[in-house]
Formats: sequence, structure tokens, C-alpha cells
Amino acid sequence: MLKTRLIPCLDVKAGRVVKGVNFVQLRDAGDPVEQARIYDAAGADELCFLDISASVEERAPLLDLVRRTASQCFMPLTVGGGISSIAHIRALLLAGADKVSINSAALARPALLREAAEEFGSQCIILAIDAKFAANDDPGTPPAWHVYTHGGRRDTGRDAREWALEGASLGAGEILLTSMDRDGTASGFDLSLTRAISDAVSVPVIASGGVGSLQDLVDGVKIGGASAVLAASIFHFGQFSIFEAKNYLQQQGIAMRV
Amino acid sequence: MTVVILDCGSGNLFSVAKALAATLPGDKKESDIVITDQAAILAKAEKIILPGQGAFARCRQGLVSRPGVLAMLAQKTLVEKTPFLGICVGMQLMVERGVEHGDHPGLGWIFGSCEAIKPEKSLKIPHMGWNDIELTESGKTHPLLRGIKDGDHAYFVHSYAVTGCPRENLLATTDYGSDITAIIGRDNIFGTQFHVEKSQQLGLQILRNFWQWDGSLGIK
Repeated sequence: MLKTRLIPCLDVKAGRVVKGVNFVQLRDAGDPVEQARIYDAAGADELCFLDISASVEERAPLLDLVRRTASQCFMPLTVGGGISSIAHIRALLLAGADKVSINSAALARPALLREAAEEFGSQCIILAIDAKFAANDDPGTPPAWHVYTHGGRRDTGRDAREWALEGASLGAGEILLTSMDRDGTASGFDLSLTRAISDAVSVPVIASGGVGSLQDLVDGVKIGGASAVLAASIFHFGQFSIFEAKNYLQQQGIAMRV
Repeated sequence: MTVVILDCGSGNLFSVAKALAATLPGDKKESDIVITDQAAILAKAEKIILPGQGAFARCRQGLVSRPGVLAMLAQKTLVEKTPFLGICVGMQLMVERGVEHGDHPGLGWIFGSCEAIKPEKSLKIPHMGWNDIELTESGKTHPLLRGIKDGDHAYFVHSYAVTGCPRENLLATTDYGSDITAIIGRDNIFGTQFHVEKSQQLGLQILRNFWQWDGSLGIK
């Protein structure tokens, strides 16, 4: 049977991982190439490489860095950040990315998702959604989340659920869903957001933002309905290993590749 | 000695090349791995890999649009019996037809067709992620599957799958709601639905075996 995926995420800024891995800091703190090698050896199911300043700086991810990171990966590599054209996507795939994650550019021009899926296939087009809870004055209506762009700086006013549905229908093969309310808080995924999106779309949803414990990962799958769970800090800081996380998920009844 | 990675316009050629390089036997060089879309270079190939991503028809068109490539591919695989490895859509192309966005002819090397996965109830499409494979009797003795066993995991990403293969050509399956064709083969041709280049240990083992394979189905 298909296993739930555990995906460590490298948030890269100016060519360096923003949160370093403790045990390699002495050698080369926050070098994404070195961390990719370590995660590959540790049995991560995929690796996510997000160039978090690319969109703000209006440029594509650094090709050479992607190429060197990819050379250490014999698992799928997703690259995101500032991707806004078919030419960007082609260059990244040729540099060794297996999937690309598109966020701001898809909101600016949704047809990019369709064009990208037609050109490269839905399997390599991920729609990244940064969602934030929208205060709701009417208690009678279900909770809603708004979509943000440019690294969470701009509220588009769009409803996250509707955008996920539109993105999937345009050709995105997967949704990378990040809760801005939870990101970096170590208080767990926004489970109602995860469940709302996962139930809405037929494509896999990767839950992201807020993991602070191994139980948070379990909840993302069991309660949130995510097909994959993504985390950064708990792995980078050496709090838990990939192996420990996978074992815990497995013990909690979630089928993993261990 | 040349392993040709045949370029039909797919994006993941580099991944395949570096996985091949990572399994390079001691007597081979990285320069033995060649990415090309030229029939004249394909003509000299001693082994051929056809990676494929995206839609069936688009990948096929990628082969058809390159002058002489389709004819040379047939010459190499069917006449000269050059060892051939198809990956993902490269594997799907090996059968007679594909019904993704219309009805399109495949290479027709193995009986069968490529059709949309129709999962039970709540299963997500695409079938994406790590799934364990089960080898058939033919698969258990195949030289390319030496060192691979039931329950080993491979990385899949696909919405369409090969169906209707004769039993002797079906080498492995995986379970996603129902049995999904994971590996097919006939004589010197072999194809995996999963991404060999992204399947860590299992994938690298198949590539190691591929370097050594002469295309025969001799004793394991």
C-alpha cells in the first residue's frame, strides 16, 4: 500500500539554510547540499527546497545551488520560490528538480498552472498555498482562510479552499498547504485547515507549518487527512531524526516506509 | 561502451544521468553516459534508457518528431536486442496504446494499454509516493531484479497505468486500491512505472543490474 510521506524542508536564503542542522554546523552550517546528502541517507521520503527570499527579490531559485543539491538526492526533490514562468520550470527540472512549487505567480496568473501541467505533466506541478485564518463575524458560516503571497506579505483576499480547488482543476498535481498562523510556532498543524483542503481536492495535500512534536505529524495525517507531512525545525535542530519520526508514525498505525 | 539516455523532451534526464553515474561500475566512465535525441548517436548505444514524464501522447510525439529516432529505436531494441529500460511514461510507451487525452498508439512492444487509474472511493490521484512492490514469478528470476524482494519500496507518480499485459510480461505489481502494473518486460526490454532514479536503494540496485545486463533472461 501507499505510504504516508515525511518531507523535511530546507528553507534557503542567500544560498544557505536558514535553520541549521546542529550536528553539521561545525563543518558547514546550513549548507543545503550537505543537508540534502544527510536527509537522503536518513531515508527521507522527499526533500523540499524553498528559496524563501526569491519571490520577494523577484528572481528564480539559484540554479547552481539546486543542481548541487539535486546531485545528493536519490529521492524526489521539490524546488520552490519565485517561480513565475515555463522557462523557470524547465531550467529547474533540467537542474535536477523533480517537482516545482508555485505560489505567488499562480495567483497573479492562474493559467500558468495549466500551461505548466500541459508542458511538464501535473505530477511535477505543486501549488503552494500560504493560508491564514480569516476572522469571521458570522458564527453561522464555516471557518475560512485567506491566501497570502510573497512570503506571507500580501493578503490576496482569496478563499484558500476555492483556490485549492481551482488550482487542482487547472492541473496542479499536489497542494503544499502551509498554515501561516502555525508556521514556526511548534504548536501543531492547523488541522481544520488541513482537513478542509484535503477533503475538498482529489489531489494529495502536503501539510506544513507548525510541527513541534511527533504527535503533530500523526495528527496531520489522522485528523487533517494529509497525504504527506512536511517539517523543518524539528529535524534541523536535531530534536528528532527522520528515523524516529517514521517509527513513531508507524507505531501510531500510519503506514510508513521504514 | 555507451548508455544512451534518450531525450524525448522530458525534464528529468539529469536525475536519470546522475543516478546512473552513482552506480557506475569500476570499469566505466561518466563519459559513457550520453544524453541525446540524435538517431546517429542512438545507433551506437550499447544500452538505452527512455525516461518519460508528462502525458503519453506528448512523450510519444517527442520521439516521433526527432528525425529517424523511432525507426532507430526499433532497430536497436527489436533487431539488435540492445538492453532497454523504460521509466514511467517511457515504460507506458512500450505497450500498444495509451488513452490519456485521446487514443494514441504506443511502441507496441508488449501487449496492453495505458489507462486512467480508477481508484476506490477516497484514494487520491495521482498515485504519488512510496509503495511496496510484489514480484511475479517472472519477476523473481529477472536479471534486472537481482537483489530486489517483495515489499521493497519504489517511488511512484502517475495517474495512468498499464493494464492487460500478458502474465509472462508482468514482472511486478503494486497495490493502490487494486493491483497496479509496476514492472513489465520482454526479452531485452524492461520498464518500470516507478521512478528508478528516485527510488533510493531499490532504484540504484536496478541500475547497477542494468549496467551488467546483456539483455538475456539467463539464470539469476
